[in-house]
Amino acid sequence: MSSATASGSFGPPPPVAEDAIVVEGLRKRYGSSGDEAVKGIDFRVRQGEIFGLLGPNGAGKTTTIGVITTRVRPTGGRVLVDGLDVTTDQVAVKLRLAVVPQRPNLDRSLSAIENLTFHAAYFGFSRRARRERALELLEQVGLQGRENDRVDQYSGGMAQRLIIARALIHRPQILILDEPTTGLDPQSRLFLWDTMRELQAQGTTLILTTHDMAEADQLCERIAIVDHGEVIALDTPRGLRRLLPSERGVEVVVVAQDAVGAPDAVDADDGATPSSGAPTVPGDDPAAAIGRVPGVERADVVSSAEGRTTVRAYGAVEAGDLVAGLSDAGLRLVELRQLEGSLEDVFVHLTGRELR
Amino acid sequence: MSSAPVTATPDRTPPGAAAGTRRRAFLAILSRDLWVTIRREPGGFLAQALLQPIFFLFIFGRVLPEIGQAQGSYGSLLLPGVMALTAITVSLQNVALPLVIEFSFTKEIEDRLLAPLPAWAVGVEKIVHAALRGIFSAFVLLPIAAVVLPDGLQLGGANWIALIAVVAGGAVAGGCLGLVMGTVVPANKINIAFAVILTPLLFTGATFYPWSSLDSLRWFQVVTLLNPLTYVSEGARAAIGTGEHMATWAIPLGIVGSIVVFGVIGLLGFRRRAID
Repeated sequence: MSSATASGSFGPPPPVAEDAIVVEGLRKRYGSSGDEAVKGIDFRVRQGEIFGLLGPNGAGKTTTIGVITTRVRPTGGRVLVDGLDVTTDQVAVKLRLAVVPQRPNLDRSLSAIENLTFHAAYFGFSRRARRERALELLEQVGLQGRENDRVDQYSGGMAQRLIIARALIHRPQILILDEPTTGLDPQSRLFLWDTMRELQAQGTTLILTTHDMAEADQLCERIAIVDHGEVIALDTPRGLRRLLPSERGVEVVVVAQDAVGAPDAVDADDGATPSSGAPTVPGDDPAAAIGRVPGVERADVVSSAEGRTTVRAYGAVEAGDLVAGLSDAGLRLVELRQLEGSLEDVFVHLTGRELR
Repeated sequence: MSSAPVTATPDRTPPGAAAGTRRRAFLAILSRDLWVTIRREPGGFLAQALLQPIFFLFIFGRVLPEIGQAQGSYGSLLLPGVMALTAITVSLQNVALPLVIEFSFTKEIEDRLLAPLPAWAVGVEKIVHAALRGIFSAFVLLPIAAVVLPDGLQLGGANWIALIAVVAGGAVAGGCLGLVMGTVVPANKINIAFAVILTPLLFTGATFYPWSSLDSLRWFQVVTLLNPLTYVSEGARAAIGTGEHMATWAIPLGIVGSIVVFGVIGLLGFRRRAID
């Protein structure tokens, strides 16, 4: 059938647009009277980036992915894939994309290798090139020797790896992974993460939707948090963590300079007034001392054991001021680290706790 | 292996899909379906396609005349009707059933909807593949009829080109009807839809009697004109040259009309299912 052509070129052309994906004012209403699933989403995915799309169920992630992959027609705004409009250049857009879907959708009438070779044939690969590339990918995903099995005999992890191989066989510019690790064992998940990093190193753009915050944190360069059909935050994982208002600050572990006994720091007084009670050991009450450091809004003792006191200081604290303040109070700094909430905290902070 | 000459244009206009992309994708999807038919399920396909028509030919064409309940020549009138019935129903079922399953349960069709061709072309491919199955099944009945029917085959006066055209047209019309069913009927009602649609289709399609013999039952004769199978049965009868048939001009009109009507509804339905 569709054998090699004179062009000798298989797979999509190299990317030319500056941004791999541009989403501008995207809106989608299902049916004529339904609610808007997407109410004006904007974001850009740079070439070669791993971009995360996070949000509760029903937030509009899948709709957004659907529009990018030409499966959902937008009711407003526009979406460009490598500069091509998804509503007018569907075929050219599909040539550049690959999708790892939420639910396995392998062709169950075919063997594993046939799943790959026919998929490659859809994308115009010659008979010879299909087979070579299929064998190469099967080896890469650790399925060599199982290529002639029917795919309904595959375990969940194996099916997932075959789906990844299928997505990669036509060398897509952009790979979209829609909750790819849901239900995978740790080995399969690590394999997927490694594969994603490798692909990025080779210049592939990746879009990942996930509920697994650790996954998004590890992999994504930038993350858009979507809720109720809108992007409510878009930043690097680090930048997103800074959105937690109460979590700006530092955590310090201190000991008394001449630590003989434990400085039994109990409740810290209000930082604004110097501690009134006489300190029992040389050195000040740590929380009160830290509370006096410029920029500290509040200081709480988190724990105190074996002479070490752990204190959290909230606010915009300069490390230099802190060290000076501590040494004035006769305390020695043992540990200092920036307070950072988990991405999960950020997510819940932004999208609320109610069930969807 | 395939390091392509870089085709990126310097003016940063992304290249569209090359001219052959859609055609190659279409043929590859068709070859996938044919591969599955021939290599994976030939037995199942033949059983599903041929069991019913073989029984029609055997009971109505052989048993009934043998026990004196029908004329001996009934078989030659029956054969074109059964060929038409087979072409339409095989094609219809081979679009409707897989479509319902692939859209609702296995999601297998997603892979093809992401192939570089327009979504509607995937629907057209379903019709083409099912029609090929229908045409094949209809013509396989000829050697079977030669064995089963008491008088064997009487194809001396057959116009083969007309027969092929009629059967092919019928198979395409059946595929279009299958596309309508597969996309309009919700998955949990498809078994009901099959009973409700196939039974009347089967018995109002001039399969077992020539349409003109319904003159004495005028209202029924008019009702049967709504069934695409009527035109295909009559067309096959005309092409094989056995017995009387409806006006020749009406036959292509009915077949093409069915293809257009069901094809448009079916492809619109397909696009609605494929693209939200």
